[in-house]
Amino acid sequence: MWDYTKSVIDHFEHPRNAGKLKDANAVGQVGSLACGDALKLFLKVDPETEKIEKAKFLTFGCASAIASASALTELVVGKTLDEALAVTNEEIAAFLGGLPKQKMHCSVMGKEALEAAIANYRGQSVEEHKEQEVLCKCFWVDEEKVRENIRKHGLKTVEEVTAYTKAGGGCGNCIGDIKRILAEENGSIVEQQVEQKKPKMTNIARMKLVSKVIDEEIAPMLRKDGGDIELVDVDNTDVYVKLRGACARCANAKATLKHIVEAKLRESVDEDIKIIEAE
Amino acid sequence: MQEKMQVYLDNNATCMVSPGVKDAMMPFFGELYGNPSSMHNFGGQVAKHLVIAREKVAAMFNVDPDEIVFTSCGSESNNHAIRGVLESNKEKRHIVTTKVEHPAVLNVYRFLAKNKGYKITELGVNKQGDLNLDELKTVLSPDTALLSVMAANNETGNIFPVKEIAEIAKEKNVVFHTDAVQAAGKIPLDLKKIPVDLLSLSGHKLHTPKGIGALYIRRGTAITPFIIGGHQENGRRGGTENVPYIIGLGKACEEAVAHMNEEAGHVSKLRDKLEAGLRSVITHTYINGNPLSRLPNTTNIGFEFIEGEAILLHLSKAGIAASSGSACTSGSLEPSHVLMAMGVPFTYAHGSVRFSLSRFTTEAEIDYTIKIVPDVIKNLRELSPFYEE
Repeated sequence: MWDYTKSVIDHFEHPRNAGKLKDANAVGQVGSLACGDALKLFLKVDPETEKIEKAKFLTFGCASAIASASALTELVVGKTLDEALAVTNEEIAAFLGGLPKQKMHCSVMGKEALEAAIANYRGQSVEEHKEQEVLCKCFWVDEEKVRENIRKHGLKTVEEVTAYTKAGGGCGNCIGDIKRILAEENGSIVEQQVEQKKPKMTNIARMKLVSKVIDEEIAPMLRKDGGDIELVDVDNTDVYVKLRGACARCANAKATLKHIVEAKLRESVDEDIKIIEAE
Repeated sequence: MQEKMQVYLDNNATCMVSPGVKDAMMPFFGELYGNPSSMHNFGGQVAKHLVIAREKVAAMFNVDPDEIVFTSCGSESNNHAIRGVLESNKEKRHIVTTKVEHPAVLNVYRFLAKNKGYKITELGVNKQGDLNLDELKTVLSPDTALLSVMAANNETGNIFPVKEIAEIAKEKNVVFHTDAVQAAGKIPLDLKKIPVDLLSLSGHKLHTPKGIGALYIRRGTAITPFIIGGHQENGRRGGTENVPYIIGLGKACEEAVAHMNEEAGHVSKLRDKLEAGLRSVITHTYINGNPLSRLPNTTNIGFEFIEGEAILLHLSKAGIAASSGSACTSGSLEPSHVLMAMGVPFTYAHGSVRFSLSRFTTEAEIDYTIKIVPDVIKNLRELSPFYEE
């Protein structure tokens, strides 16, 4: 069984704003029976203020698809159209306390239905897919959507792309193309980073920044799991730390140091940072 | 409000352990701990029980006890059969199976095709999920090393004509293996009359705990051992015997034979009542499979315009356990490979639910299910953008 949060189950069992909206002046529908999920979103928009007064939905899909649609309606009511457009699929997922990774596409579907409904209100035509642009023919996903999701969510693997867009989850014929796009997109990120390589820091500036990142970003993250971290010394790019609390007893402490602490410091301070566990 | 019941209708996934099986096993977790191979009384008395258990399994198929090899599960039996036969006959390079096999067969075939260079033929099925035997005749060739066709399908319950298939294979001189994990114990399989060469069996679909299976190997069939080691299982599978579970499987087969008529009578009557009860009040429903040739315990119903995972979770909340061929329940994004091979339309492929009963299912449980399911379907349809009354 899926590991759904209590909130997902609650919104699935008691969907908010379910059903048709008779006085809707904006309607957006995405997905299909073949895809295995679909969402039809109805909005009642105040023409004066462009505020969303009411939102209702119909969903064909699994528990997380129903819960995502329910969450979406709760999120957008009271917002102006522009404010609503700023709602991300991550916010929909976060509203539900998170979704299983393989179900992220349910939140993406919510976001897309919202965009379609607002486009409908504004009299814009939603771009139609052209056959030759469709990458994944099983779920009718075009290349641009895949690229957009890779950029927006920092996707690195085919599995992640499938989790967010469904592309590649059917016959698998497009997996080669997804790999190519991943390489292109992530390759370009690497290039950007090279161009923007930070100028060499002085020791004192590096020390201050290391201390700040540990205090403000890394320590709070570890404390959530009952752990903590202490900065002992900084010698050039060598950073000496001690793990405290639950982290000190954790079998994965080494991995934590490498994949969380070192990775974060490399990203935020200096890519040559090396983490050393202080005795 | 109706009182909540716990109703287990997912017996094709696994079954409750029968009290008789459990009782038969218990002494072998206690005082009867000897190694059946030992030359002393501790071992000797256990070995006697092992012989009896093997006889009981053999009796279910009307075969000789030394044609039965105990394994750890149905998947091991399938792997042993398929890889063992091919290993012992490397000249032939063509293997044939069906698109609707369980992954424990289909993925072994696909692995061999991909990694060992075998030419693979996967036979399709018609809309009702049945094979075309004329097609089978045309694909078997002198180069065909092995044919695997299940005795009954786990999702639809469809019974395949293993007797005719075995006769065709024999005529074409092709070794024939059948995965009888779902069929065994539910329908009679007399292997004196059905000339299969190998047959796979799983204990936990017959009310044993998980962790025991068996493989029937017709005497004279060329096959390499699966676990090389000691002399156990006639040298075909080394390793000290899993005694308590083997005893359990023997008991389970004995009970299955004793209840075979009940399975066909009581169980199929309840299954039909469930099916009719649901279809009489719920519109837009379809039976996936062939109602005229199905296991007595299985029904697979497609509910149009809604999705299976959502159905299952609502049913589970009401205490009813079933399963679905929907994409969302499996973690993949496509509906069940069986329903896709049958060409089941998308309008109800995602909303297909399998109810599988056992001889322990009661009429009160079926009545409760008939009461609960329609509201679940109605509520989800009210939420569906595709359903118009």
